[in-house]
Amino acid sequence: MSQYVLRRLLIAIPSLLGISAVLFFVLALAPGDPFSELATNPNVPPEVQAALRARFGLDDPIYLRYLHWLSAMAHGDWGFSFVSRMDVDRLILQRLPATLYVIGSAQVLALLIAIPVGVYAATKPYSLFDQIANTLAFIGFSLPTFFTGLLFILIFSVTLDWLPFVYTTDIKATGIRWVLEMIRQAIMPVAVLGLFQAASMTRFVRSAMLDVIRLDYVTTARAKGLGQAKVIVKHVMRNAMIPVVTLIALQMPAVFGGAIVTEQIFRIPGIGSLLISSILSNDTPVVMAVTFVFACLVVLFNLIADVLYGWLDPRISLR
Amino acid sequence: MLDKELRSMIGKVKDGRMDRRAFIQRLAAVGLTAPLANQILAIGGVAMAQSPSPYPPTKRGGGGPLKLLWWQGPTLLNPHFATGTKDQDGSRLFYEPLASWDVDGHLNPILAAEIPSIKNGGLTADGKSVTWKIKPGVKWHDGKPLTADDFVFTWAYVSDPATAAVSISTYADMTVEKVDDLTIRILFKNPTPFWANAFVGAYGCVIPKHLFADYKGSKSREAPANLAPVGTGPYKFVEFKPGDLIRGELNPDYHMPNRPHFDTIEMKGGGDAVSAARAVIQTGEFDFAWNMQVEDEVLLRLEKGGKGKTTYAVGGDIEFIAINFTDPNTEVDGERSSMKTKHPILSDLAVRQALALLVDRESVKKAIYGRAGRTTANYLNGPDDFVSKNTKWEFSVDKAIALLEKAGWKAGADGIREKDGKKLKFVYQTSINGPRQKTQAIVKQACQKAGIDVELKSVVASVFFSSDVANPDTYSKFYTDIEEFQIPMTQPDPALHMKRYTSSQIASKDNKWQGQNFPRWVNKDYDAAIEAAETETDPVKRAALYIKCNDMLWQETVFIPVMHRLTVDACATTLQPVVSGWANRTDNIQDWYRGA
Repeated sequence: MSQYVLRRLLIAIPSLLGISAVLFFVLALAPGDPFSELATNPNVPPEVQAALRARFGLDDPIYLRYLHWLSAMAHGDWGFSFVSRMDVDRLILQRLPATLYVIGSAQVLALLIAIPVGVYAATKPYSLFDQIANTLAFIGFSLPTFFTGLLFILIFSVTLDWLPFVYTTDIKATGIRWVLEMIRQAIMPVAVLGLFQAASMTRFVRSAMLDVIRLDYVTTARAKGLGQAKVIVKHVMRNAMIPVVTLIALQMPAVFGGAIVTEQIFRIPGIGSLLISSILSNDTPVVMAVTFVFACLVVLFNLIADVLYGWLDPRISLR
Repeated sequence: MLDKELRSMIGKVKDGRMDRRAFIQRLAAVGLTAPLANQILAIGGVAMAQSPSPYPPTKRGGGGPLKLLWWQGPTLLNPHFATGTKDQDGSRLFYEPLASWDVDGHLNPILAAEIPSIKNGGLTADGKSVTWKIKPGVKWHDGKPLTADDFVFTWAYVSDPATAAVSISTYADMTVEKVDDLTIRILFKNPTPFWANAFVGAYGCVIPKHLFADYKGSKSREAPANLAPVGTGPYKFVEFKPGDLIRGELNPDYHMPNRPHFDTIEMKGGGDAVSAARAVIQTGEFDFAWNMQVEDEVLLRLEKGGKGKTTYAVGGDIEFIAINFTDPNTEVDGERSSMKTKHPILSDLAVRQALALLVDRESVKKAIYGRAGRTTANYLNGPDDFVSKNTKWEFSVDKAIALLEKAGWKAGADGIREKDGKKLKFVYQTSINGPRQKTQAIVKQACQKAGIDVELKSVVASVFFSSDVANPDTYSKFYTDIEEFQIPMTQPDPALHMKRYTSSQIASKDNKWQGQNFPRWVNKDYDAAIEAAETETDPVKRAALYIKCNDMLWQETVFIPVMHRLTVDACATTLQPVVSGWANRTDNIQDWYRGA
């Protein structure tokens, strides 16, 4: 087992190197300049803009810039944002709590809805409950988050005036009021994201359950006289959850990566909004760091999913 | 007769020789009402009367929190590293210059004890030096006193190329010396009629020597104070998260009486302009939102029964269509739009004039800018003294057709005009931005009616405005026939604004397209007028020279001015912001207060 994990980790190194190279070169090829805002400012002659480019090494050949980046990364130096003139790791750490809180809550909400609804719908296929759940799921994942987000804002903020739609990181309250405010401002983004995720996950759980529920061993378990609840939870769910675990594991990096659209709409200062603003301003070091961390997480969680397989289904051996 | 007398009276009010009330009484005597008299004064360039005390709060603090929403959040807090106005706005909450520009484009002393003038000995007749007196008793937020050393240091810090300061050119060609602890003298290499650039406005913020002295030059980015500013401003720094949030609290030792009004200040970043307008005007979650680049129609809809309003400030920002005088389709020595070529079609003045007749500014204003734009035929739209009255724009497809016919451009079989086998076809580029694409469509439509084929092209803003030498789509390479964008005026003086189009500034491969004369227009008279204006110390003659330059740009149709743009912000109904079109939004933040 430990040998397997070690081998997988070693394989990850070349693939991460490959990913970083592709990312870097694609970003370097992308046109644009972090100092484009200076262009029309009559106070700043273009020489200044060009001098800044040269100072930050933007005029060096691409392969040199990549090697610089790689060697710095190996020393634990994540780089330095052109736009904020501060270290990238500080920038990312500042953004992480909001993303973890909002996106994490949304994932939990999605699971809390998807698993019970999916399981129950699968035990009574084509019943009224199943039909309704299916319809709602279809509507749910057909509506993009930028649409539901705006809809929620119009209903709950503008018309009803119940919830704020600008997320603040510094709530001026302490104790229980702080907690309540944190929950209040997260309701809309969490609901928008959570319901969207729940919709597709419900469909997935339901079909995974249906695949297993028809198998002979389930009939055997029923024939033994086990109760419905026990059959479903102990016998069906454990096996049906294997593909679901993969799905969830692969979605975990997204929890760290943030949700670009939702974060933008609700002004959540998360990793997603950092990524998009950095891309728009051509702040390569930040984009590199965020995407690279993202790549690492994908590799890591793939590994975790594989290890979990072995635990859920002992027949799968890891070599 | 009345006209002449009126003018001299307005002049008297302007420089304070006659008071406003006397003026109104005189006019009332000839049967004009007070509001009308006020308007006459406003047209004459005198600001509408400010209420007797323009800043009513009588004590410091007590205004509660001030919540600002910038849809692009500030990403750094060192005013000399600020790449965009967003960063300048954020830094300005904590740092201060010697003076800022007020609503009318006049200097308003902040850290200066008085505005230099010939009378008080601050200015010299030769225009080669300025002496500023610093207000005594000003303290940095950490309690250290502000002295002349801080100003001298700021100049040295910024003008060191290794510091990589964005404001370097503001402090070029001058030396700053200390006269005594509270006096500095700026010595210019050449006579400088516009002396109020260094230490004034956004790039004029002074930084504390005791915190930055160790971080001058190549170590500039390591300064802890880059992220935790210590200034002299009305608010003290509390917290900064780049791109997301700035927080500050009232500075109890602030050097102006009864200011600031607010106990805390926060500037939130992110999102988009429309939802920012919504958060201020509709839900009232925020007090003030910056730069509402939103169609007027949307704002009008939000304002119906809302908790806020939009506010406008007049500066000199001009949205224009520029004409390429070189050929963008022929490559000479590895460069298109080379000075060795001439544009095959646009070098014909009749074609340029016809194009100017085909821009329907009234429709553009109606459909897009609304209250945020003023139609104009001038490239230079302010301050008032510099605005030409000799130009007049017109929209007329018939006249354009007549002009083209006369110049020999006859309609071909496909309806597109041609002459000597050259078809009247243009590529019209601009940056991606809703209002600009709509303007493109309006112009294209009119051109089609006149038999001109226009191909529209839009480029992402970060590419269009980049200095990336390898990219063909930047505005300065100008590899198309005509292009549209906006050039802002960051100070109430036309020198930098007009200097761009001299022949020494031509953008070419040799200067890596860093020259600012992107239309590549060459005119000896223009060069001479600019050169004369740069050292002309008589304000009237100087203004006349710039007006002449503006008129040349119009007669030669180097630019087709589309819209004189106003700055638009959203503001809570109770908030009284002080925003000048000649400065950044937060440049007079110490005077903001909340009314009843």
